[in-house]
Amino acid sequence: MTSISVTAHGLVKTFGELRAVDGIDLEVRQGEIFGVLGPNGAGKTTMLRMLATLLPIDSGEARVFGVDVAREPHRVRQLVGVTGQYASVDEELTATENLWLFGRLQGMRSADARSTAADLLAQFGLEDAANMTIAKFSGGMRRRLDLAASLITRPPLIFLDEPTTGLDPRTRGQMWDTIRGLVADGCTIMLTTQYLDEADQLADRIAVIDHGRKVAEGTPDELKTSVGNSTLQLELAAGADQDLAVQVVWRVVGREPVLTPESGRLNVPLEVADGAADVLIGLRQAGVTIASVSVTKPTLDEVFLALTGHDTGEADQTDETSSDELVEAR
Amino acid sequence: MSTIITSPAPEGFRVRMPVVDPETAVARARAHISLAETISQTFSMAWRALKKMRRNPEQFFDVTLQPLLFTAMFAYIFGGAISHIGGEAGVRSYLPLLIPGIVAQTVLTTCMATGVQLREDMEKGVFDRFKALPIARIAPLAGPMIADLVRYIIAAGLTFLTGVIIGYRPGGGALGVLGAMALAIFTGWALAWIFTFIGTIARNARSVQGISMLILFPLTFLSNAFVPVNSLPAALADFVRINPVSHLVSASRDLANLGVISGEVGWTVLAGLVVIVIFAPLSVYSYKRHL
Repeated sequence: MTSISVTAHGLVKTFGELRAVDGIDLEVRQGEIFGVLGPNGAGKTTMLRMLATLLPIDSGEARVFGVDVAREPHRVRQLVGVTGQYASVDEELTATENLWLFGRLQGMRSADARSTAADLLAQFGLEDAANMTIAKFSGGMRRRLDLAASLITRPPLIFLDEPTTGLDPRTRGQMWDTIRGLVADGCTIMLTTQYLDEADQLADRIAVIDHGRKVAEGTPDELKTSVGNSTLQLELAAGADQDLAVQVVWRVVGREPVLTPESGRLNVPLEVADGAADVLIGLRQAGVTIASVSVTKPTLDEVFLALTGHDTGEADQTDETSSDELVEAR
Repeated sequence: MSTIITSPAPEGFRVRMPVVDPETAVARARAHISLAETISQTFSMAWRALKKMRRNPEQFFDVTLQPLLFTAMFAYIFGGAISHIGGEAGVRSYLPLLIPGIVAQTVLTTCMATGVQLREDMEKGVFDRFKALPIARIAPLAGPMIADLVRYIIAAGLTFLTGVIIGYRPGGGALGVLGAMALAIFTGWALAWIFTFIGTIARNARSVQGISMLILFPLTFLSNAFVPVNSLPAALADFVRINPVSHLVSASRDLANLGVISGEVGWTVLAGLVVIVIFAPLSVYSYKRHL
């Protein structure tokens, strides 16, 4: 029992007609970073909120370190730290006041709460902003304070809901490193993300969630090989033979290319980026003319396409980076 | 996305405090919250609400302006008409009847703000953390209500003060007035649980305001706050007699004008306690369920 941090069996949450979480089973091992990957509206946050006692569980069972989440929520709350998608700190209080308040609420004496607040602010590089109200904080500073607030009692399990959404690349890298540091200290982390590269960089194991169901689970490597390590995107010239192109790809890489909704576009999953040259040579020899070419790492959309047979449905909104890459490629 | 990660990874922040071992944490995790913890947590939440009040002084507009405006307005508009004397003397003779009524009205209006502000507050991210922390569920609701005592004190105090400025001379003396204030503050605090409950069930702050108005108007105007009961038609008079606000107004008049603790005080306190016993658990239940 001790080697497992979180177990969930047949977790269900319905909002009216919508089955937001539809029978999910999970097991998070102690000391790992477990990533829950999926697009907006997949049910990631809802699931995390149920595990963190923030939403009642409609059906199924969940345990945190063996403690039943539905039956003993108060005990579970003493074992976990939760950092939400939207800063769960008080806008109108200063950084110190926020941490002091959360410390006091968890039974610390005033002086202890004050010194813990000062320690955490120093460790998160926020000592200069200690007496500023949060309304004046930048996005990255808020996230840091938010995470610091979850660490006041150093709980053995931390839930992070989209910890880097909306952060700039540098701040995101900093947050990743901080999260790795927490795990090195012995913490277990369960995080949700809509970015494949975040799950890839951080998570030991990943569960892919779609429409409230788990569609895949494995290490980042296992997931990526299911879609190839990178993707060759081909746009065929007008009038080119699409069926012939599919055959050539099949012969060269031994995989079926994915036809994108736009006509004349092929996505070819590749083990290694070098394979792109072989495909191009094959197409040249077969006489298939090409309008544009680009090689990208797999995006969440492609993992989705491969796993579920449909795209995330809101690629333009949720995964801006994939459209950035398309722009770059042109 | 893939293009971004080429630069050397920036260093993160390290936390030096040791992680609690899971087995120890589970062994330490207690199933229940003691009364002492609940009280301490409630006061921490009250501290938070007071901090916010100090940073948003505009929250005090209603409790400062309303007593000043309403007292003067009601005195000069209704005073002459009701006392049949007219002029300055008529107004003055109406004041002992009016001032305790205005105190009740301003304190009740202040209650409404309690519900509206709670609802606004609950929509903020920080309430997620309050829910996720191992704290008594009543603390985030009761804390702001304790802080709101400051508002009731200002409202009741300013109303009496305005009254005295325009010529009210309470026969019950300072003690009588203090007694009337204390009773009004208690009643306001008790009735605020109704509005806190509305705050937890309503869709948004605006609807809290709407629903609260519907409750507030009959409670204040269908009472003996501004007019004598015997001037009303029979059906209306019956409601006015059972309205807890009427009991509060009568009790305050006895205290402030005569210095007498009448049976009305008992009825007011009883009504307040009944409201707390019903609406405090309902509010906590609804807070747990809905958010």
